[in-house]
Amino acid sequence: MVELSVKLEEENSVECALFLHYFEVEVLSVEKEMSVNQRRVMMEKLFHGIFFTAASIAVVSVALIIIFIFSRGLQPFFPGNEFGNYNPISFLTGLNWRPSFGTFGIGYMIVSSLLATLGAILLGVPIALLTAVFLAEVAPKRLAAIIQPAVELLAAIPSVLYGVFGFAIIAPAVRNISPYSTGNSLLAVILVLSIMILPTIASICTTSIRAVPGYYREGSLALGASKIQTIFKVVIPSAKSGILTAIVLGVGRAIGETMAVILVAGNSEGGIPSSIFSIIRPLTVNIALEMGYAAGMQQQMLFSTAVVLIIFIIIINLVLSKIQKKAG
Amino acid sequence: METKFSVKDLDLFYGAFQALHHINIEIPGKQVTAFIGPSGCGKSTFLRTLNRMNDLIDTVKITGYVSLDGEDIYSGVDVMKLRTRVGMVFQKPNPFPMSIYDNVAYGPRCQGIKDKKSLDAIVEKSLRGAALWDEAKDRLNKSALGLSGGQQQRLCIARAIAMEPEVILMDEPTSALDPIATQKVEELIESLKKDYTIVIVTHSMQQAARISDKTAFFLMGELIEFGDTNQIFTKPHDKRTEDYITGRFG
Ligand SMILES: Nc1ncnc2c1ncn2[C@@H]1O[C@H](COP(=O)(O)OP(=O)(O)OP(=O)(O)O)[C@@H](O)[C@H]1O
Ligand SMILES: [Mg+2]
Repeated sequence: MVELSVKLEEENSVECALFLHYFEVEVLSVEKEMSVNQRRVMMEKLFHGIFFTAASIAVVSVALIIIFIFSRGLQPFFPGNEFGNYNPISFLTGLNWRPSFGTFGIGYMIVSSLLATLGAILLGVPIALLTAVFLAEVAPKRLAAIIQPAVELLAAIPSVLYGVFGFAIIAPAVRNISPYSTGNSLLAVILVLSIMILPTIASICTTSIRAVPGYYREGSLALGASKIQTIFKVVIPSAKSGILTAIVLGVGRAIGETMAVILVAGNSEGGIPSSIFSIIRPLTVNIALEMGYAAGMQQQMLFSTAVVLIIFIIIINLVLSKIQKKAG
Repeated sequence: METKFSVKDLDLFYGAFQALHHINIEIPGKQVTAFIGPSGCGKSTFLRTLNRMNDLIDTVKITGYVSLDGEDIYSGVDVMKLRTRVGMVFQKPNPFPMSIYDNVAYGPRCQGIKDKKSLDAIVEKSLRGAALWDEAKDRLNKSALGLSGGQQQRLCIARAIAMEPEVILMDEPTSALDPIATQKVEELIESLKKDYTIVIVTHSMQQAARISDKTAFFLMGELIEFGDTNQIFTKPHDKRTEDYITGRFG
């Protein structure tokens, strides 16, 4: 195009120049635009495809994991299983896990998982919320700028290190006050889990408290409310959905945590924990401890344990999406 | 006529920027005083010095003297107590995300009133006072965020009245409202001045002329002229006031 125009202009012909002008403005620009547009449409389609494929990978993975675990885990409860049948009620309510005797009851593990999670939430959430209030509302900016990264770093520490910390510090400390000879216990698990979920909950709560519009605070203060009244009566209730989200995520993390828990849970073979000093065996620990070597029926029952765990996680996520939908 | 607020030589700085220059003004009690002036001239800033809302901004430095009923509000006064005496209504209606009832009962509850009967009575009286009772009485336990903008603003006024303050400060309370809601709020202000001292910031000259007894004209952080509304709008002493109210600038 440039060469052509140079040539034509060299001939210095008015008609040529006019023609060129027409050609440039009317014909070429239309053609050019069309090709640009077509290319854009193609790119659009291509990227659409790429995005879709990427997104599908996640969906397919989730579906595959769930199908795989369910198909393996449900086998013992249906007739015709090669390793024999197991009564689902005795499985869910059984209080003993003795693979060598063919006894696979996980009732006491479900209870342990729930108690450990509940304890971690009861202990961790108030501390996390107060941390968040301090960071978002009370602390001078400079102090918050030091504490907040520390809290975030805490969230990034691999869970096995929490386990090591629990094993080396918390469990021995618990042993000092325990009637039993080991510090591994429900209490140790609760302590480790509550420290573990604290940073996640605190960060989300901090963000949602910061997102509460300033005019709510002003409105409250202008009515003669104190700063503390403003925080507890207006700011925290306004940040409710964020705080609930944080709690539910904390529940999910606590119930699914494995590595940190293995190191401080003890290894109970049965029985509902009778006190916070009892050794326990949460669902995750059961799977992680035995999957490596189990075979046959025992292996299938570990998958069944995973089914129960996954159902818990699905419930938690449903609750989460409910909360988020409600918050709009 | 008794003086409610007496302000002497008030300077206010946001960091290094001086937003108010040597303000001297005596705001009368049980009357409506309007602040007018072009955007950014310091009306809101000055209004917020009257209930010390500027304390919330770290960079603010204030010198000078502001008294309420002769008592210096910047020394030795409990800020929370001051704000129960001097209520505030904001430009954007800001009801709390809770029920209508809880919004109105919020202030009294913060003062420790728990008795259900007393609270019921306060809520009804305040909502009536804000001309919102008829519209709200059947939905007291519904969220305040479900009200229309005009209703929300009247709720904010009810919330302020519930504290039985002596003064109500209003910062452009109708600028986010449609004409009908505006008229309702204006009527409300008329009826409130029997019992309360009202200071209102407004961008509407007509509004100032309609509802205020006194008008103060601000320009670039200075109080240019203060007097009876009638006088300000008919025979302003200062050329700049005249230019502003006749729409020659601002
Ligand atoms: N928080 C703040 N920090 C720094 N400067 C501020 C702050 N708030 C207001 N200002 C400045 O102070 C001056 C007065 O502001 P102010 O909000 O009081 O004006 P106004 O008269 O209420 O204006 P408008 O009619 O637009 O509401 C303006 O120049 C503004 O930029
Ligand atoms: Mg303003």
